[in-house]
Amino acid sequence: MSSDVNQRKGIGTGFGGGKGRETLGDGVFKVNPITCQVLGICSALAVTSRLEKALVMGGALVFVLAMTGLIVSVLRSYMPRRIRMITEVAIIATFVILFDQFLRAFYYDMSKQLGPYVALIITNCIVMGRAEAFATQNPPLLSMLDGVANGLGYAMILAIIAIFREILGNGTLLGYPLLAGTGFEKNLLFALAPGAFITAGFLIWFLNTLNPPDSTEGSP
Amino acid sequence: MNSTPVLVIFVASIFTNNILLAGFLGMCSFLVCSNRIDTAFGLGAAVTFVMLFTTMINYLIYHYVLIPLKLEFLSYIIFIAVIAAFVQFVEMFVERFSPKLYYALGIFLPLITVNCAILGASLFMVLRKYNFAQSTFFGLGSGIGWALAIALMAGLREKMGYSNVPARLRGPGIVMLVTGIIAMTFMGFAGMLKLQ
Repeated sequence: MSSDVNQRKGIGTGFGGGKGRETLGDGVFKVNPITCQVLGICSALAVTSRLEKALVMGGALVFVLAMTGLIVSVLRSYMPRRIRMITEVAIIATFVILFDQFLRAFYYDMSKQLGPYVALIITNCIVMGRAEAFATQNPPLLSMLDGVANGLGYAMILAIIAIFREILGNGTLLGYPLLAGTGFEKNLLFALAPGAFITAGFLIWFLNTLNPPDSTEGSP
Repeated sequence: MNSTPVLVIFVASIFTNNILLAGFLGMCSFLVCSNRIDTAFGLGAAVTFVMLFTTMINYLIYHYVLIPLKLEFLSYIIFIAVIAAFVQFVEMFVERFSPKLYYALGIFLPLITVNCAILGASLFMVLRKYNFAQSTFFGLGSGIGWALAIALMAGLREKMGYSNVPARLRGPGIVMLVTGIIAMTFMGFAGMLKLQ
């Protein structure tokens, strides 16, 4: 009942109850899912060897997060607590399958390159985490916005890692030979797995220095 | 059909094509649970066990139920449901028949449902067109490879407790850098055998 009131109020005072801008900013910068909460790292590393792949993956996350946020939030008062998790997984999997089928139908090469990593969005902790932490307690539009924000934050980090890896590992950016004729030697290490881990490590270090986390304790 | 010998798949999935160090799967629990060696071993053992059996079950379901019914597009949702159900079942079974094992492994079991390495193994199996024997050894090898990686990391992190890591690099940052170096050393095995 109270959520209904909230929602009506929300439409009155601006997008998402006046909290829209705050939610968007939080998701993209302040509590960025990858660098601050270290969620969803798995697929983040696998698809960043090329910027194009990273952008498609980012788009997939925005879509899945937004739709899951919306549906989970709409259903939040009808879901029995005990089967909440499995319901959420089923919702997430549905949208992942939709996106995957779309890629296969229209961008077959991209779907081949991304391999199993689109399907692995199902177990991506970001989606589950947002559904659980935000969508179960907030009205539908705001939840959808939160999904978009977190998806964009994720896409941004993916793009940053991918820019470094594609330039250093392949000398190109989005397929354009950026460094051709400069005597640049491709550093294969950055195209392969170790480069991904090392780039991500440095990026987390850099962002933590810019924006120190509240609690610095914890094991090394 | 893929004609790679079973033994090659087994060794490759542990070393050269390690599911964590080359496939980036299972990073979340890798980052969180690699603080202590005994925790790492427990989780590694649980992952190996679940991965072995879920790849086998998923292989059978995919080839004998989904393909005849032309429902391959539902494979993701079926795979994750199988994994969740299997984990639940094992948890109940272990609790009933071996309380000792339950206390050693039980706390890790719920974590495994959301471990992407498990789902990843099933997806790779379909993608690479393995047959049943190949899938079984791929599942077993990937599990052992994941356990090996997390155990190595836990050992290094216990040592790292004594070293002076820059404050902002602590936690996930340094773990990523160290994982990068471990991945580099594992690439040294690449000359030994190859798996596409």
